Amino acid sequence: MNPKSPPMTGVGALPAMVPASRGKRSLQARRSRSAWLLVAPTLILLAGVAGWPLVRTVFYSFTDALLDAPHEYLFVGLANYLEFADGEAYGVLADPVWWRSVRNTLWFTFVSVSMELVLGMALALLMNQKFRGQGLVRTAILVPWAIPTIVTAKMFSWMFHDQYGTINDLLLRVGLIDAPLAWIAEPGLSMWAVVLADVWKTVPFMALMLLAALQMVPSDLYEAARVDGASAWQRFRRITLPLIMPAMIVALIFRTMDALRVFDLIYVLTSNSEATISISGYARNQMVAYQEMGVGSAASVLVFLMVAGVAAVFLRIGRFSEPREKQS
Amino acid sequence: MKLTRKQKQNVSRVWIFAASALAVVICVFPLYYAILTSLRTGQDLFLPNYLPTTFHWDNYYTALVQNGVGRSLLNSVVVATVTVGACLLVSISGAFALARIRFRGQKGILFTVLCVSMFPQVAVLSGMFELVRFLGLYDSLGALILSYATFSLPFTIWVLTTFMRNIPVELEEAAIVDGASLWVIITRVFMPILGPALVTTGLLAFIGAWNEFMFALTFVLSTENRTVPVAIALLQGASQYELPWGAIMAASVTVTLPIIVLVLIFQKRIVGGLTAGAVKG
Repeated sequence: MNPKSPPMTGVGALPAMVPASRGKRSLQARRSRSAWLLVAPTLILLAGVAGWPLVRTVFYSFTDALLDAPHEYLFVGLANYLEFADGEAYGVLADPVWWRSVRNTLWFTFVSVSMELVLGMALALLMNQKFRGQGLVRTAILVPWAIPTIVTAKMFSWMFHDQYGTINDLLLRVGLIDAPLAWIAEPGLSMWAVVLADVWKTVPFMALMLLAALQMVPSDLYEAARVDGASAWQRFRRITLPLIMPAMIVALIFRTMDALRVFDLIYVLTSNSEATISISGYARNQMVAYQEMGVGSAASVLVFLMVAGVAAVFLRIGRFSEPREKQS
Repeated sequence: MKLTRKQKQNVSRVWIFAASALAVVICVFPLYYAILTSLRTGQDLFLPNYLPTTFHWDNYYTALVQNGVGRSLLNSVVVATVTVGACLLVSISGAFALARIRFRGQKGILFTVLCVSMFPQVAVLSGMFELVRFLGLYDSLGALILSYATFSLPFTIWVLTTFMRNIPVELEEAAIVDGASLWVIITRVFMPILGPALVTTGLLAFIGAWNEFMFALTFVLSTENRTVPVAIALLQGASQYELPWGAIMAASVTVTLPIIVLVLIFQKRIVGGLTAGAVKG
């Protein structure tokens, strides 16, 4: 089930069920005409706040506009993206920091979404068991989800503090490390600090999505498998996983899209340091910190293309996996 | 050694209990520690200590009054409320059409809405900046209300459409047989039953607007117009080199607790709303 074609339950079912055959066609026709009237405000607003700004961003990416005077600009063609002059390459695509941010973002997305999937699945399976205190777990996991990202970033930068942080303190007490680690300042560690904070915050979302899917798996299937002597792993692999696959793919798409545009967590936790800067952070830096509206727009367009590309790949996978699900 | 069935059950029960306890501690600990920190002052702040030691409220005064986080709280409430109210108002009719009427271009619209909701915010940043300047909204709360519609509106439409699909057709049929117009159906038949769905959708959209950072950081300059996330991110201490951790944690706790209380009150609905779009979509 891919999000492009949600099942149209209920949609359009209505006119066919209206008994009078005389008024049927005209009712359907009238309704579809009013439909456009009803969605018009939405479409106009969306065009104004999303479509138009996107078009203007693309437009500015071909200019040399500066942020404090966006009206004075010259067209520079593709120079903001890539340009060769005197044997040197200029533009976003020639900037090593841009490529660094691309690597950071992809690494962050891959590692944190994979960790979230594994931990979220474990948590969902746990919450799907019947035990005393189940309600407490379900309530507690909403806490990280409800906490604003900026607050998460601040809480973790305090816990990851190299001198006074609890994480170093706990690790020292347990004996896992001999000396405090500089989680935020050390380039090799700072990305892990970001990933851990993100995983903490977003595992609940993943777990809730997967739990909702788990609860729709009919329990008699497990009974039957148990009678046939299937092990716990076989039951999970052969019954649970195929049945929750569609929901899992949707949750994965949501999380991946979210992780690819990460900005706030990194901006606050590691102050956008080069070791952790994301593509969104890079684009905003060009635009706001360096006032280069043209270059920043070019980077924004690249971010957009990258996210759209990943989304397209996911939709492809979703479409390919759909027929197989229907067969089983 | 072979365990009896009963023993096996006990072993697995112990594992489940241990795992649950660990999950609960990990989920709650950072907030717990933030609360502890917010109640400490001076040298006490810098000694990792896992039990409450002191109860000083000075940090809350410093953060909320001196640093203006109190003012920012008000700004955040205004921005999030107006954004969500406006988006819900617009999306009720839109979602009705998308959920209950079959018409040409419907799938295309739904797909567009979904795409916009997954937009990277930075993709519209410079275009939005120009628009905000053009409308004279730069450095005002209006800039945020306008720009937040970029992600709030697709979200409310998507979730409300999912909810509206699940309303039984019989209700609508009865109204049509009685000769009710579409407008009457929406306002008199759907609005009353949609109450809970509107609360859930509104709450989720509210949290989204409450947490937004990039637009708030870019389109507002002056301290008195900042929203809470920006105020916390930019909170400075007396000296440039030392962050006032006590005050930062006090501000963090203050903005988090109301949201957590709301979430716990509406727990069931929120979980339902979060998963509605995904599991059925």
